[in-house]
Amino acid sequence: MKGKTLFDKIWDSHVVHSIPEGPDVLYIDRHYIHEVTSPQAFDGLGRRKVKVFRPRQTTATADHNVPTINQHLEVKDLLSRTQLDKLKENCDNHDIELYDLNHEFNGIVHVIGPELGYTQPGMTIVCGDSHTSTHGAFGAIAFGIGTSEVEMVLATQTILQYKPLRMRINVEGTIQKGVTSKDIILYIIQTLGVDGSTGYFVEYAGSVIRSMSMEGRMTVCNMSIEMGARGGLIAPDGITEKYIKNRQFSKGKIDYIDYKTDDNATFDKEVSIDISTLEPIVTYGTNPAMSIPISKGIPKLENLNENDRESLSKSLRYMGFRSGQRIEGEKVSYIFIGSCTNGRIEDLRDAAKILKGRKVADNVTVWIVPGSNQVALQAKQEGLDKIFSDAGAAMRQPGCSACLAMNDDKVPAGEICIATSNRNFEGRQGVGAKTILSSPLTAAASAVTGIITDPRVFL
Amino acid sequence: MSALAFKNITSTAVPLGIDNVDTDQIIPARYLKAVTRGDFGKNLFADWRYNSDGSINKDFILNNPIYEGQILLTGKNFGCGSSREHAAWALSDYGFKVILSSHFADIFKNNALNNGILPIQISEEIIANLLKLVSSKPETKFIVDLDKQIFSTVDKSITENFQINAFKKECMLKGYDSIDYLINLRDKVERYEGRKVG
Ligand code: SF4
Repeated sequence: MKGKTLFDKIWDSHVVHSIPEGPDVLYIDRHYIHEVTSPQAFDGLGRRKVKVFRPRQTTATADHNVPTINQHLEVKDLLSRTQLDKLKENCDNHDIELYDLNHEFNGIVHVIGPELGYTQPGMTIVCGDSHTSTHGAFGAIAFGIGTSEVEMVLATQTILQYKPLRMRINVEGTIQKGVTSKDIILYIIQTLGVDGSTGYFVEYAGSVIRSMSMEGRMTVCNMSIEMGARGGLIAPDGITEKYIKNRQFSKGKIDYIDYKTDDNATFDKEVSIDISTLEPIVTYGTNPAMSIPISKGIPKLENLNENDRESLSKSLRYMGFRSGQRIEGEKVSYIFIGSCTNGRIEDLRDAAKILKGRKVADNVTVWIVPGSNQVALQAKQEGLDKIFSDAGAAMRQPGCSACLAMNDDKVPAGEICIATSNRNFEGRQGVGAKTILSSPLTAAASAVTGIITDPRVFL
Repeated sequence: MSALAFKNITSTAVPLGIDNVDTDQIIPARYLKAVTRGDFGKNLFADWRYNSDGSINKDFILNNPIYEGQILLTGKNFGCGSSREHAAWALSDYGFKVILSSHFADIFKNNALNNGILPIQISEEIIANLLKLVSSKPETKFIVDLDKQIFSTVDKSITENFQINAFKKECMLKGYDSIDYLINLRDKVERYEGRKVG
């Protein structure tokens, strides 16, 4: 008999009903919500006069538009405050657990789910946020949904979904100094393209993935959406088990052994990537696939086909770079270390490794934003906050922050920001802001010098 | 939001023609702070439509008075990025009913369908031809016939079939509400939950 992929095993065991020639009705084990994409869904429930069907399976947090300083004060921005109040009201009315601002478990939805032990292998997980793919690192089917679908899951604990195709990406080779999981996923996205996995659910495999910590795996799965994938997952193993053991809401021991792809299973597409010669990666354009090894130049326009030439010129016009130029050494004025991609404890440790005993350059503003209060607490216990403030970059309070600039952490027009987040779209960090994506190591190294810097000089 | 029934439309088209239009461009994050469904149309493509001082950017296609209509012609990979349904709301509030691309990002496609916008996927070559045609003859009218799955010029000089899943098509044509459908499956869901261990 033909074997099954891990993805198929989880999906098939969650199908409540299959509509002939239509989508599956998929049962959802865990639903995460936040203030931005849920209010209209609750409104919809109100109009239908239905309550949340399984409130215990929904967890809420305030993250997208919260300030990252003085969280004990009233939120100044009226619209943000209204959204936060609405979330609280909706959660109260429907008996949903909310980790509001100042709660010890508050933080970015994709950081708190795993760290509190809600995210478990074998689950189906959704959230009105495209980076829900993060949770796939635990061997779960996790994907982002729109607000109509948030309403659907609140009302029924199920969702109508077409089963995506399956893709496996095998990552092999030896990781070089200064290279992190962020560089690896940026490289994968650059190789496959921004739409390289559209329609697929990706399983990441291979020795490099196996050797990664859970934090590293989350960074990889997090960015699956940047190549169009419905989601990304990694088979759980001893590293997974160790991570979820003793988490606040973990159910105890898991039989993770069941959750793997059979040897004789086949994928609709399979790709192998060797990272042995990889160096730290930075983006230069306005989508996450536009990246280069830090020592290399931006692709030359004349080497591209007509279509790609057009989008590259458009991006370069926005970024103010020239075709073929190197960007290492370019001046930067903002540094953002945080987000659901790289706002976990290991990321802060990486930043601290470089900032320890050094000062950030005079011309830069540095935002170090922990992914959650738990991350912040751990950073304090390890003395990282002291390292940061000694370097002249005090750690802030958790939230999405400059990842999407819905709060005050906005990069001014025309300024360049090195960010450890996941999107360098035009205006993502503020109108006219120019974003360069990198690992926390590269971002921290650039904070010290004030120019785009290869972190290996400090390691 | 329940989808409204989709009627055949006859309309001119707007030739946007940009690849990888992400949802941050369709509607920037700072406009996501509403707690009600409201009108998101005025902020559609805000950073392209308006200059930083709030004035109209005359170079942007939506501000060119010779182009209008309910059909948006776009480059490949339309709607990539964030899952914000506000992107679909903004397009729909602005008045677009049909979007053509050589392919759509998954979450956006679902959001569009859930809001009565028909995403039509056709080849890059045809999109390129349509863009040329509309740019030179903005008055060209197209017919979108969902039931027959045909996109054509009114004079039928261009006639393209498009694919849509039978279930989605039925939902759009009839304006079915899939949440009601699922609420009616509650027995099945409870039986499933009973079977589920852990
Ligand atoms: S950190 Fe950025 S990508 Fe992650 S959930 Fe927040 S806004 Fe979305």
